Amino acid sequence: MNQYIPVLLMFAAGAGVAVAMLGLSELLGPKLRFREKMEPFECGENQVVSPKRRFSVRFYLIAMMFIIFDIEAVFLFPWAVVFQSLGLFGFVEMMIFILVLAVGLVYVWKKGALEWE
Amino acid sequence: MEMIPLPQISVGAIAPELTLVAAAMIILMLEVFTISKGRDNLAYVALAAVGVAGYLVIESLGSPMTTFSKMYVVDDFSGFIKLVCLLGAGMTILMSVKYTRDEGIDGGEYYSLLLFATTGMFFMVSGADLITIFLGLETMSISLYALAGYARGRLASNEASIKYFILGALSSAFMLYGMSMIYGAAGVTNLHEIARIIGQNKENIHLVMLGGGLVLIGFAFKISAVPFHMWTPDVYQGAPTPITAFMSAGPKAAAFAAFIRVFSDALISLQYQWWIIVWILAVLTMTVGNLIALSQENIKRMFAYSSIAHAGYILVGFTAGGKLGESAMLFYLLIYTFMNIGAFAIVAIVGQQGEERTSVSDFAGLGYRHPLLGLAMVALLFSLAGIPPTAGFWGKYYLFTAALDQGYVWLAILAALNSVIAVFYYLRVIVVMYMREEKGESLPQNAFPASIVVVILVAIYGSVLLGITPGGYLALAASSSLAH
Repeated sequence: MNQYIPVLLMFAAGAGVAVAMLGLSELLGPKLRFREKMEPFECGENQVVSPKRRFSVRFYLIAMMFIIFDIEAVFLFPWAVVFQSLGLFGFVEMMIFILVLAVGLVYVWKKGALEWE
Repeated sequence: MEMIPLPQISVGAIAPELTLVAAAMIILMLEVFTISKGRDNLAYVALAAVGVAGYLVIESLGSPMTTFSKMYVVDDFSGFIKLVCLLGAGMTILMSVKYTRDEGIDGGEYYSLLLFATTGMFFMVSGADLITIFLGLETMSISLYALAGYARGRLASNEASIKYFILGALSSAFMLYGMSMIYGAAGVTNLHEIARIIGQNKENIHLVMLGGGLVLIGFAFKISAVPFHMWTPDVYQGAPTPITAFMSAGPKAAAFAAFIRVFSDALISLQYQWWIIVWILAVLTMTVGNLIALSQENIKRMFAYSSIAHAGYILVGFTAGGKLGESAMLFYLLIYTFMNIGAFAIVAIVGQQGEERTSVSDFAGLGYRHPLLGLAMVALLFSLAGIPPTAGFWGKYYLFTAALDQGYVWLAILAALNSVIAVFYYLRVIVVMYMREEKGESLPQNAFPASIVVVILVAIYGSVLLGITPGGYLALAASSSLAH
């Protein structure tokens, strides 16, 4: 356990500095408080709209599909680098992986999830 | 150019899983390319896949093998649980045909999610590595979160899905944190290797205990053991009835299987620490489940608490352990699948469109209006209550004798007392069916399609005939246990 004590000290020092900074500026700094400044939204400006707005569910769909194909790219890059040393097996394996994702893409496409209107 | 050495893999070992995944993808493609015609046929594609996977699993029995860098194990234990999962999936698919059409939620996604969930269970029960088990658990759970909310138009279904998702994600976090601690202590994720390393080296044993405790919480959530059962009633009540039936059988069996594999393989050297925890869990789960079930008015909610209680009975077998305990658990998981899904099939029939008749009083006079349906319900409830000579009785008998055999006398006594309490709320439904004044009208003629009649007949076979001649199945369960 002893080798973790420096880490623990580091935690304590980090937390101490953070608390000291916030505490000192709270104690010593000049303060001007008015309603707008205390609002969490738009930082000191008068609120124009409510922060609780509805977002179209399409944003989430697009974001989700982006992540899926982003992850695919993450796998494809290292695969491409060692492509030759993996041989035929690596090629077939990756084609199956892409096929699975392609089925998903065809599905969302045909379901109309890619259309914005 | 130097070739990268590849691990020895055997694609044949995962042939059932490949079948299920391929069928799930084919169903998705059929769904988008064949528009609205012949939606029912998608159910039969799924059913065919379940059949083929079942055949492949049966073929693999008796020839154990470990493959994919020792991350995946095919043995009789996993084979038995896989058959239970497939039985649950097949019965669910059949009872879904009419239900999804009535509710307007028929679609390929429904069946492909069912198949994906079943694949997840397969990876859980065959996982010989913490990573494989966790991946399987997540595949299963995420499919189930979506299925619980599949009746999008119904508020209760949405609520069930959100609750299940949030609490399920929390429990996954617990489990993953525990696994990371075990990995931190042992330096490996393979179950056998963990057992070997922590058996030799007691230095990090406290870390392993903490990790094991967190993993236990994760599994206790999935099998809805008290005090980690809070999600069960709301989710079981809100989810579409076939999905409730599905959740109560396969996923539970798979979670039990992974639970057994992790605790009686990787953490076997801590057995003297965890058996007392499982003992307490078993007693709490049985007692709380049965007591709260007594006062339920909604039949789906009542069955949710009853399923909690049944998880408690199975935990009795887990506490006992050994060959006797494990084979009793396997046998009970099998017959529980039969009787519970059968009971839910009848609940789905009586519930009718929109699931509006799911309170116990909606069963009033059912025994006179539909004598055969009433009789089937009586048989299934007798089996759930454990009244001889049904399979439910023998299942409980084997579980409790396993506990007695290992010297857990108090546990067996508490379990027996609990099954007496349970008789009350099961019989209450029968009393309502036969002795309460008739008020409702008869079910429409089209309430009994062939698909659901098959489900009920299979359930009756499993819960009554299996009780009279359990021989073959019991022998299979005994030969499938991990312990020898």
